[in-house]
Amino acid sequence: MNIRLIFNLFLLMIGGFVITITSIFIGKQAYFWLPPQAAAESHLIDDLFSFLVTIGAFIFLGVTAVILYSVLFHRANNYDFSDGPHIEGNITLEVIWTAIPIMLVLWIASYSYEVYEQMGIQGPSHLLHLHNPIHIQAAFAEATETPAATEIEIETENEPIELEKINVIAKQWAWVFQYPETGISSTELHLPSDRRVHLALQSEDVLHGFYIPAFRLKQDIVPGKTIDFEFTPIRPGKYSLTDSQYSGTYFATMQADVVVETPEEYHTWLETAATQTPSPAKNQAATEYAQNHNEKIQTGWETVKPAAPPIVNFSG
Amino acid sequence: MTNISLNIGSESHHEPPTNWKTYFTFSTDHKVIGIQYLVTSFMFFLVGGIFAMILRGELITPESDLVDRTFYNGMFTMHGTVMLFLWTFPSLVGLANYLVPIMIGARDMAFPRLNAAAFWMVPVVGILLMSSFFVPGGPAQAGWWAYPPVSTQNPTGNLINGQVLWLLAVAISGVSSIMGAVNFVTTIVKMRAPGMGFFRMPLFVWAVFSAQIIQLFGLPALTAGAVMLLLDITVGTAFFDPTQGGNPVMFQHYFWFYSHPAVYVIILPIFGIFSEIFPVYARKPFFGYKVVAVSSMLIAMVSAIVWVHHMYVSGTPGWMRLLFMVTTMFVSVPTGIKVFAWVATIWGGKIRLTTPMLFALGALIMFVFAGITGIMLSSVPVDVHVNNTYFVVGHFHYVLYGTVTMGMYAAIYHWFPKMTGRMFNEGWGKVHFWLAFIGTNLNFLPMHPLGLQGMLRRVASYAPEYTFWNVLASLGSFLLGMSTLPFIFNILISWMQGEKAPANPWRAIGLEWLISSPPPVENFEEIPIIINGPYGYGQSEPLTANLENQAIKTAE
Repeated sequence: MNIRLIFNLFLLMIGGFVITITSIFIGKQAYFWLPPQAAAESHLIDDLFSFLVTIGAFIFLGVTAVILYSVLFHRANNYDFSDGPHIEGNITLEVIWTAIPIMLVLWIASYSYEVYEQMGIQGPSHLLHLHNPIHIQAAFAEATETPAATEIEIETENEPIELEKINVIAKQWAWVFQYPETGISSTELHLPSDRRVHLALQSEDVLHGFYIPAFRLKQDIVPGKTIDFEFTPIRPGKYSLTDSQYSGTYFATMQADVVVETPEEYHTWLETAATQTPSPAKNQAATEYAQNHNEKIQTGWETVKPAAPPIVNFSG
Repeated sequence: MTNISLNIGSESHHEPPTNWKTYFTFSTDHKVIGIQYLVTSFMFFLVGGIFAMILRGELITPESDLVDRTFYNGMFTMHGTVMLFLWTFPSLVGLANYLVPIMIGARDMAFPRLNAAAFWMVPVVGILLMSSFFVPGGPAQAGWWAYPPVSTQNPTGNLINGQVLWLLAVAISGVSSIMGAVNFVTTIVKMRAPGMGFFRMPLFVWAVFSAQIIQLFGLPALTAGAVMLLLDITVGTAFFDPTQGGNPVMFQHYFWFYSHPAVYVIILPIFGIFSEIFPVYARKPFFGYKVVAVSSMLIAMVSAIVWVHHMYVSGTPGWMRLLFMVTTMFVSVPTGIKVFAWVATIWGGKIRLTTPMLFALGALIMFVFAGITGIMLSSVPVDVHVNNTYFVVGHFHYVLYGTVTMGMYAAIYHWFPKMTGRMFNEGWGKVHFWLAFIGTNLNFLPMHPLGLQGMLRRVASYAPEYTFWNVLASLGSFLLGMSTLPFIFNILISWMQGEKAPANPWRAIGLEWLISSPPPVENFEEIPIIINGPYGYGQSEPLTANLENQAIKTAE
């Protein structure tokens, strides 16, 4: 072993160490790039994301460092017109380099699979159709770690827990939420914290998407179908729900507030809402359609007429 | 041996491109057609770029206050359509058209007139799309995916509307691409010069071959979907209409069965360009040639079973989500092999940072970034969160601008002396690179935090908390728009009065560098006999047996 080789190995070790530490640091930062974790599922997804960011940062920094090193230290000088060494390949190296991505892919895929299974966001009907025995160990279990949730019964395989059932209706361009047990409707989605909720998603016209960034959850709503969707909100607060599947002209206005509150507050809200007489809710798409706009460039192209503002007990 | 005519379908004589007017006429010379494709598609690239800047102009503030919502929706639909169907596809087809016959030692494509016919459909597609701005109701506004039922809603009630014109344009573009694919596959299989076995083909040819095979199996699905949607809109069939028993999700299957593999149709030739450029400017043989050649075919094969990753949240059952997650992730294996091979090719070389090399290196780094976010997107739980957000937009713009467009620039600079017989200005090339590299990252990097925060794609207005990153992205887009100016001036002025280019200005190995710049009409007076692989840097053996006077002299 000559000095040069020892020096290079030393450099490689130092480089590898620095890149590893940096990647782990970047992976930890990943949590700050995301909205607050307001559903049990968001913890699972964020951990997976942070893991992917760590691995990704390691690969990116590794590849970039090697390229930069080459560009900086293997430059041909102005009068050197000779060729580099004639190396066409190296079987051992190529085999290792094929094996590494395969292992990585298997690792990432199995971790993702595990997380997805724990989330169990698709309702039970999907599993029934498939006769699929996958045990949905819902992310709810995660929620029991928070002190407020200790008294809630934990789901078992045979005895599904009592779900809070809510109908969600999407139309161009409004959200309506119906609470079948109390018969009330609202344009603001209220949810009890630390309870698993079951949504029946329906669309009256085109494809829409149910998406709450703070929950990290999304599901397309296909017209003519009722789609079951389950999750567990865990953090009281006000979040926004948006339409995630492009739905036409006023797509961007199709927003609603989501209020997560303690089960007691939630029940109080249900009772108060029940006493209110149904009235038309505010609707940005309908307002914009009726008004003159304030854009600088107006084409006056015809658009699909927004659905009539929904009549609801409670308007957000 | 030397006078075997390998031109299956061309009994007609080619007119040499005597002056610039040749490029506006019907020509069957693959080199003229190649330039026609490149110039036409670049014009549309500028159009698509102006659309993009209007979009970013609207998004510089949270409110919808620059253009009205219908115009905004038309803009993003047309931006996506123009950039894909009129810039990336045709420009890469143009480059392949120019290079593939020369690289395999042929005098032309297998079917020269089919080739010309395929090209002339591109301006037709462009005219159809642009004319849709003048029909009542304006251009298509359903996004470049054209998902029904939004795409079948027709508020004007006219039969001739933007969406119908859009579908016609897409169908014609599909027919043109199928014609091109048949031509490329036949040419590469049938018309290689004597001695050029598959494992002596340049990697660019391998890449084009794999990409065009995808076109052959994928495009029929897209074209079928487009025609069914057209029937739904015009004559009232109900393939995708849920109120009459149709299934809108079915359209997504037709659409993505082609449109995801389409990404590999675009990216594979770029991989080929990288593979041609790195050995030249690092002065080393390609590292792991065979594995990389085969990995292109592997990508083409796996590409047929990844489409559902666009539909994880479209109401697909859990097993399908998980199955397609695994197949999608496996694309990263052959891709990872390629990245490793490029890095190993550069390593220990004698690197020259010319403009093409800078563009190729910049594109490679941005591609690695895009690959990493691609793996994140393939993971179902992460995708559930970021699907349809700006994270996806950022990811695929790193692919389509960071990699494909930058790779295209690398190719144009690299082969410019060959195509025009003139050298370009290196200094302005570098200015172009740095503006484009900074612009790309400033434009598309901020989209990732936006998407993670939950900002959706296709919105004309957004919540005020997203303003900061949007302003950065918009500034980046304007810089990116400006970055094309030095390119345009450099190319125009160099083409007219640049220094005359020698046959092989980069001392590169490859058949195209053995013939004069620009090449003579039928490329080779004598069909070359290939006796060696395409990347013999550092070795003094000739590439051909019969073109000794022009054979490559490697430096001692």
